[in-house]
Amino acid sequence: MSELTTKTIAELRDGFRGGEFTAREIAEQHNAAVVAARTLNAFTVETPDEALAAADAADLARSSGKAGPLAGIPLGIKDLFATRGVDTTAGSKILSGFRPTYESTVTANLRKAGAGMLGKLNMDEFAMGSSNETSAYGPVISPWRRKGSNVGLTPGGSSGGSAAAVAASIAPGATGTDTGGSIRQPAAFAGICGIKPTYGRCSRWGIVAFASSLDQAGSMARTVRDCAVLLEAMAGFDPQDSTSLDLPVPEWEAKLSSDLKGMRVGIPKEYRIDGVPQDINALWDRGIEWLKDAGATPVEISLPHTKYALPTYYIIAPAEASSNLARYDGVRYGLRVEGEGGLDSMYAATRAEGFGAEVKRRIMIGTYVLSAGFYDAYFTKAQRVRALIKQDFRKAFESCELILTPTAPSAAFGIGETTDPLAMYLNDVFAVPASLAGLPAMSVPGGLDEQGLPLGLHLIGNELDEQIVLNAGLAIEQRAGFTHRPEKWW
Amino acid sequence: MSVNTQQVRHIAKLARIAMSDGELERLVPELNAIIGWVEQLAEVNTEGVEPLTAVIDQKLRLRDDVVTDGNIRDDILANSPEAQHGFFAVPKVIE
Repeated sequence: MSELTTKTIAELRDGFRGGEFTAREIAEQHNAAVVAARTLNAFTVETPDEALAAADAADLARSSGKAGPLAGIPLGIKDLFATRGVDTTAGSKILSGFRPTYESTVTANLRKAGAGMLGKLNMDEFAMGSSNETSAYGPVISPWRRKGSNVGLTPGGSSGGSAAAVAASIAPGATGTDTGGSIRQPAAFAGICGIKPTYGRCSRWGIVAFASSLDQAGSMARTVRDCAVLLEAMAGFDPQDSTSLDLPVPEWEAKLSSDLKGMRVGIPKEYRIDGVPQDINALWDRGIEWLKDAGATPVEISLPHTKYALPTYYIIAPAEASSNLARYDGVRYGLRVEGEGGLDSMYAATRAEGFGAEVKRRIMIGTYVLSAGFYDAYFTKAQRVRALIKQDFRKAFESCELILTPTAPSAAFGIGETTDPLAMYLNDVFAVPASLAGLPAMSVPGGLDEQGLPLGLHLIGNELDEQIVLNAGLAIEQRAGFTHRPEKWW
Repeated sequence: MSVNTQQVRHIAKLARIAMSDGELERLVPELNAIIGWVEQLAEVNTEGVEPLTAVIDQKLRLRDDVVTDGNIRDDILANSPEAQHGFFAVPKVIE
């Protein structure tokens, strides 16, 4: 039996269908990889039995010719997705022991497609963080290390467990969620691919809410094709989410093509910012050359409100979070701390004990910007600037079909190295504008920096145009020849 | 604008998060750094710009006003820290 954990989703699917190996063999090898990689702290819950049950069902379905598109594929599921009967904590102590009696639409879609679940993946608490250090269950350790160093690095965040599990070949693919870069930044840090589709493509039903106008699920895997395969199974209209798009899911995988003839690639001049390492700007230039080689024409574009995207995000996201997280009151689920007696004291004591420092900070900011007397000056103002940011993209897409930028302003950093909250927020400087505009965006690995760490290239498409994002991702993947995997030390 | 300890105490009360004096003191400079930073939005001219509320243009769907689920009381109570007689139990509210 060959090493199945190093295969891509497409290879596993095709090998399973062709009878080269069984779904049970795939699941067993991945279950073993999960156990062997516990040092990485990528999983908050392991569900080997679920993976095996889905595998047995897939083997049975294959023998009767009814195997689904993801039959035989075991996946990691970010702990933000409600999974029936399996702990769903969103990386928070306040949801410790919460076992949903229902299943999120996205994971239900994946199960319907035949996929199995290896376990729940660690993440920043309520998806608030860029390094996985805010998880109540301890940080995920990246499988990557700097050349000649054994300092523990962050896999990025908030989908850090997803990125680490996929990069370390524990899972062939994983779900992620992206509110302001939480799929793309960890994908870049971990040398894998990750796509956030257009807002509304994937149902938010059953995903623990952070900032509802921004939250969007997406796929993370080692190849562009695998991201397309996964996303196709995850996406789709859901009447239970009022912002779900009532559109058919395109055949992204079947239509993958790295031929970009006639395409114009926008290069936003405002993304050339100070303090970005030379390696990253050099990779950006190489990315432009690769897309030219694939037939595209680079054009300079302007997104004039880029510098205001992060401050806009840090008003809107905390405001929505403070409202969404009001539900954690010690009454219906999760932690309850009695306090000094009375209902109000119970609320305050429960939330004091259950939330971590970053979540409290964001709830406080959100409460402040929504409070009487400040609402217009902060929240409404931010919504107006958000409209301008959206308009910037609308104008830009009149002169191009695609935008190329770096994914993150640095490579992965060490755990504990960034302690200033504002410095941490800057991680998402390139990722947040596309989130505010609801656009599909993807990170694809482009190369290693001089420390031997992966760097990502970031592709942004127009509304509903995931296809061009994936196609350009494929063109980069073919030219970058990124086959680096972290050397196994765990 | 900036916040002082008293205002931070008030925000914590609104947010229903119990905080010690030490925690409040620590939060004041942290919140002020973030508030000072987001205030750069003031320099953007937004005159006549409508606040963005839906990022992808679409009409909110209407559905028939009928019951589509229910009868799942035990499911709803299953994760409650304290459920009694088919209800959520909370500390006494009315004297």
